[in-house]
Amino acid sequence: MNPKVKAAVIFKDNLQNFFFVLPALSIFCVFYIYPFLNMIFLSFHEWRGIGPMHFTGLQNYKGLMSDHLWWDSIGHAGYITLIALTFQNALAFALALACDREIRMKRFYRVVFFIPPVLSEVVVGLIWNWILNPEMQNGQHIGLLNHLLYTSGFPQLVHNWLGDPKTALTTIAIVHSWKGFGWGFIVLLAGLQTIDKQLYEAAKIDGAGAWKTFTNVIIPMMLPVILVVVILTILGSMQVFVLIIAMVNEGLVNHTDVPVTRIFSAMQNTNRFGYACAEAVIFGMVLIGVSFMAKKLSDKAKQV
Amino acid sequence: MRKLAVWCTCLILLSLTGCSKPPEPSNKIYLWHWMTDRNDTFQKLAQQYKEETGIEVSIQLFAPSDAYSQKIIAAGQSNVLPDIYGILDKKSVVADFIKAGLVLDLTDAMEADGGKWKDSLFDKALADKSFEVGNIYGVKPGIYGVPIDVTNEQLLYNKKLLAKAGIATPPRTYQEFIKDAQILRRVGIIPFVSGWGELWLLDCFASNYAFNIMGEQKVFATFRGEVKYTDPEWIKVFNIFAELHDKGVLMDGIVTKGNKYAEQDFALERAAFAFNGSWCVNVYHDMNPHLDYGVIPPPPMSTEWPLKIWGSAGSSFMVNGNSPNKTKAVAFLKWLTSKEQQVVLSKETNNLPSNKEALLGVSPILRDFATGMDQSTHPNIWPLNEDPSVSEAFDKGIQDIIIGEKTPQQVSEDVQMVKDSQNRHGN
Repeated sequence: MNPKVKAAVIFKDNLQNFFFVLPALSIFCVFYIYPFLNMIFLSFHEWRGIGPMHFTGLQNYKGLMSDHLWWDSIGHAGYITLIALTFQNALAFALALACDREIRMKRFYRVVFFIPPVLSEVVVGLIWNWILNPEMQNGQHIGLLNHLLYTSGFPQLVHNWLGDPKTALTTIAIVHSWKGFGWGFIVLLAGLQTIDKQLYEAAKIDGAGAWKTFTNVIIPMMLPVILVVVILTILGSMQVFVLIIAMVNEGLVNHTDVPVTRIFSAMQNTNRFGYACAEAVIFGMVLIGVSFMAKKLSDKAKQV
Repeated sequence: MRKLAVWCTCLILLSLTGCSKPPEPSNKIYLWHWMTDRNDTFQKLAQQYKEETGIEVSIQLFAPSDAYSQKIIAAGQSNVLPDIYGILDKKSVVADFIKAGLVLDLTDAMEADGGKWKDSLFDKALADKSFEVGNIYGVKPGIYGVPIDVTNEQLLYNKKLLAKAGIATPPRTYQEFIKDAQILRRVGIIPFVSGWGELWLLDCFASNYAFNIMGEQKVFATFRGEVKYTDPEWIKVFNIFAELHDKGVLMDGIVTKGNKYAEQDFALERAAFAFNGSWCVNVYHDMNPHLDYGVIPPPPMSTEWPLKIWGSAGSSFMVNGNSPNKTKAVAFLKWLTSKEQQVVLSKETNNLPSNKEALLGVSPILRDFATGMDQSTHPNIWPLNEDPSVSEAFDKGIQDIIIGEKTPQQVSEDVQMVKDSQNRHGN
């Protein structure tokens, strides 16, 4: 074929393909790229949401560096993430392993374990507020947890779980893990089901026990899936927001602040949109950094 | 292929033409609001208005109020506001909307016919969205909002629970209030609840006593930076919360409690006193129609200065300054705030009417709330407000005192530190 004609055909094909992706690309640009770039632009300005913007250069970022409440909030999100990575994912993995075996009513368990993630975070917050209610009426504990602790002979453990700075964040982290473990469970169970059963049989013939099979067969085969769960857990936990609002409103002083509540507060309570955008940019960089580190660690583990 | 390209180009051009088309006057006006409890009544009134005038009012509800607030800001930025809307934000944000030309100055309409419309409404409700000569926001003086109801925040008491504890009359002083609370605690009744997980309500209670202890001029002088938060009288204000905590007055978990939960606690008779706004009449009625309660201003601590409660327009509507239907929108708001419609709104939603003439038709408890309007004030009508970052430190500091983490002295120093830092940055 004549090279000129060939080039024209290729160009035509490319153009055609471009028109096919154009709608999706336009939507992506309008709803993702433009707001993202605009957010970076706004982070260099002082703006109250309406009216003129004032360019302030790096002033918002400079302010953020010395804002201890902001860095505390990142620490709080990190703590929630740590609990989710350990407690939530360990629970999800254990239950996925149990449901991967031939046990009775395993379909029922799969459905039950998947109920918390499909509930709205507001609903979960309301339910747990009732469970953790610290009040008493007519000598009876209103909250289910305190009632159970009291009636089962542990009155010394009765506590104001969300009203005490020592327990509030951990309580939120546990509720967050309770709500989130179902996702990990489903993904990990799906991963477990892709492992060829012959590998288990081969390990058994080689004399491997349950622990050896777990460490030498299941873990290596599941590493890519575990990585996905870890990254999703990090991203989901660092961005926890609705649950906190539903459980402690604007927060227990600053003990339950996380980055998203700080960003929201900067916009909603103090109308500092530029500062909020600077917080969002820094937070985005933290998330990218943490996810990148998780990926690197996982790649190293795969090589080992 | 060529056809596809032509179609795509046409589509884009068509949508661009649609975007740039200027709005035209019509017989349909749009109103956006956030009041879930009033939506049915608004719809009914809109229907009635259409029958009377032929003008259709499309009432659109966007709840909750936080989401509504964000929607209004976004719509303001892109100039797609409806003909009538409300701004739920601080006065500085209202000022920004006005300066951007998004709010119509209603002064002339209010003062037409010898000021008949203006005079029919509560002054303090009108002041909420009005700007005085020489205001600090740099806004042209005038009236920019129409209050459709008024609200104030006071102390509610459960008559049955007080009687059960042998308390015959509600407290008249702060000292009596503490004494009554201790009696209630002794008989196993939780004395006091409020939604202090919502900082504004905590701020409201604190500022009531700040006005009472040091007078409003000293409060404003603090905002200007002329008085420090470490002043003994401010420490006295912080001490109130330490005392409320130490003497067992407050319900457990009050600092993380949303007002909806606090309302539930009072309505279900779990606490004898509550600090809440006049909208609670409707809420309590829905939760417990047999609740027997009364209302008083928070009992004063000092006799030196009057205790002022927060009270102003509960909800106000603005007319879009860029609307092609400005005249029709103003006419509708005038009709909505006339005596007849205000009586309907008040009866069906248990809110205080903004029209003074409509007060005769309201329930006794609402009338009691209405008497509080005489001693009311509101941040929106103050000559200046505290910096939001300082307010946040102030409110969170009070939470710190309530949970026993900090002393009033420590909190006063913390708040002053934030204030000093704001002053250094020239805010």
